[in-house]
Amino acid sequence: MSLTLEDVKKVARLARLAMTEQEAQAAHAQLANIFGLIEEMQAVDTSGIAPMSHAQDVTQRLREDKVTEGNQREKFQAIAPQVQAGLYLVPQVIE
Amino acid sequence: MLNSSLLQLGAALRARKISSVELTQLYLDRIATLNPELNAYITVNPDMSLAQARTADERITQGDASPLAGIPIAQKDIFCAQGWRTTCGSRMLHNFVSPYDAHVVSQFNSAGAVNLGKTNMDEFAMGSSNETSHFGAVKNPWNRDAVPGGSSGGTAAAVAARLCAAATGTDTGGSIRQPAALCGISGLKPTYGVVSRYGMIAFASSLDQAGPMARSAEDMALLLNAMAGFDERDSTSLQREKEDYARELNKPLNGLRIGLPREFFATGLSADVAQAVDAAITEYKKLGASVVDISLPNSRLSVPVYYVLAPAEASSNLSRFDGVRYGYRAPEYGDLADMYEKSRSQGFGAEVKRRIMIGTYVLSHGYYDAYYLQAQKIRRLIAQDFTEAFQQCDVIMGPTSPTTAFNLGEKGDDPVQMYLSDIYTIAVNLAGLPGMSIPCGFGNNNMPVGLQIIGNYFDEARMLNVAHRYQLATDWHVRTPSGI
Repeated sequence: MSLTLEDVKKVARLARLAMTEQEAQAAHAQLANIFGLIEEMQAVDTSGIAPMSHAQDVTQRLREDKVTEGNQREKFQAIAPQVQAGLYLVPQVIE
Repeated sequence: MLNSSLLQLGAALRARKISSVELTQLYLDRIATLNPELNAYITVNPDMSLAQARTADERITQGDASPLAGIPIAQKDIFCAQGWRTTCGSRMLHNFVSPYDAHVVSQFNSAGAVNLGKTNMDEFAMGSSNETSHFGAVKNPWNRDAVPGGSSGGTAAAVAARLCAAATGTDTGGSIRQPAALCGISGLKPTYGVVSRYGMIAFASSLDQAGPMARSAEDMALLLNAMAGFDERDSTSLQREKEDYARELNKPLNGLRIGLPREFFATGLSADVAQAVDAAITEYKKLGASVVDISLPNSRLSVPVYYVLAPAEASSNLSRFDGVRYGYRAPEYGDLADMYEKSRSQGFGAEVKRRIMIGTYVLSHGYYDAYYLQAQKIRRLIAQDFTEAFQQCDVIMGPTSPTTAFNLGEKGDDPVQMYLSDIYTIAVNLAGLPGMSIPCGFGNNNMPVGLQIIGNYFDEARMLNVAHRYQLATDWHVRTPSGI
């Protein structure tokens, strides 16, 4: 697999990262090096091996479905970039 | 006072030889003098620290015997602390004042400890030199031209320069152990799931773990007693009985079997580090231990596996930073997508963006099986190597880092070179095992060398015992940088 400049631009879009042409080219060279390092993995035979996500192989705990947190809107919105009447403000989405 | 152990400090506080306010002020004065050059702290807030110290003094007067009551402890700036600016080393959170406490922070608060400030770190814990911090690089107290290691570089430098009694760190791929090694202090990453990550800003959730960084194993046992324990607010926190991590500290080491992985002593390890580690092993033999030759054949794959898993999880975790509810928002933007893109591009630094890009790519349509799933499978092979090794030995030892501290700017623009500095630590995170680094001598240019001690799952008490007996027999851990 070889990473193209177009892949880099597409990934930047998916990750919501704005990138100039120059930045994309620099990123392309560095990511290609990193993927060179990662490629070593592909030669390993892992048939029959179960993927591992937690060392103790524990499963997600369930809890009772009840409200445990009170309303802290004012506290949380005090650190927001822009709020009005208890709402978070963003650029208009719907015309 | 600066070189007293936490137990000695606790005793001095309870005997009223010193008050918590005086002790806190002593450290605040040192920070005011030394931090402008070392840059170990991002935020100090004398008013808040001294208020906590006054409360601690009242508790002590009323007979509170908590071992940490009144002791000034610094928090890595990845831990949310209510009312404290919590930046995670990023412009993205440069103005974020946390509305709540991380579990670790509230544990220290209830133990009566004083929060001395927030230590510098690589941005979002992504780095091995502390050079990716938005707030500037940290300098190594042993040589101001050298890096302190990362990502908990501010904590390591603060402990080494006696700018706190002890501090916290986090370790995703070596971020406690590598800076501990490079700064000549002790650091412990517990078994995954032992310390709650609630309020600890997430990097790679299947690997992240918090732990103590201090001047000795004895101090770390005391700190881990406060930090560890089940917390239902972290879904990966393990439900286990509370244990006393200091309970085995003094046990003799007769009969201890030390596994030496061949792969950790092969090409790539610099001669000065190898020499110091070999000398430490010789010392352990004198203490009654024997050595066993072991192999961790898949550990060579740990760097590639890590650079799939960690960026993948980071790209997901960091998607929450969008400039809407908290943190950085670009000053000028057009529509909503433009606001997201500009806020994230301006708010994140180069290394963070690089890892988000890697992670987004390996998780994108058509690549998941080849990368993320394959990495998770090899992760199991790496973990199985350790399981087999622990059938022949009680602990595993080797170098923490292939070299002593490198110079600021030395690894320059090549991320791959930087990634390889964590070659001996990453496998431990992938396996979810506990790992530790303790000072074991000095290499070229008189820079500290760390000995890595890896234990079996939940074997922290034994690892602390193994480290403590060594620290009773040697004095590497009490050496201080000149001028400190």
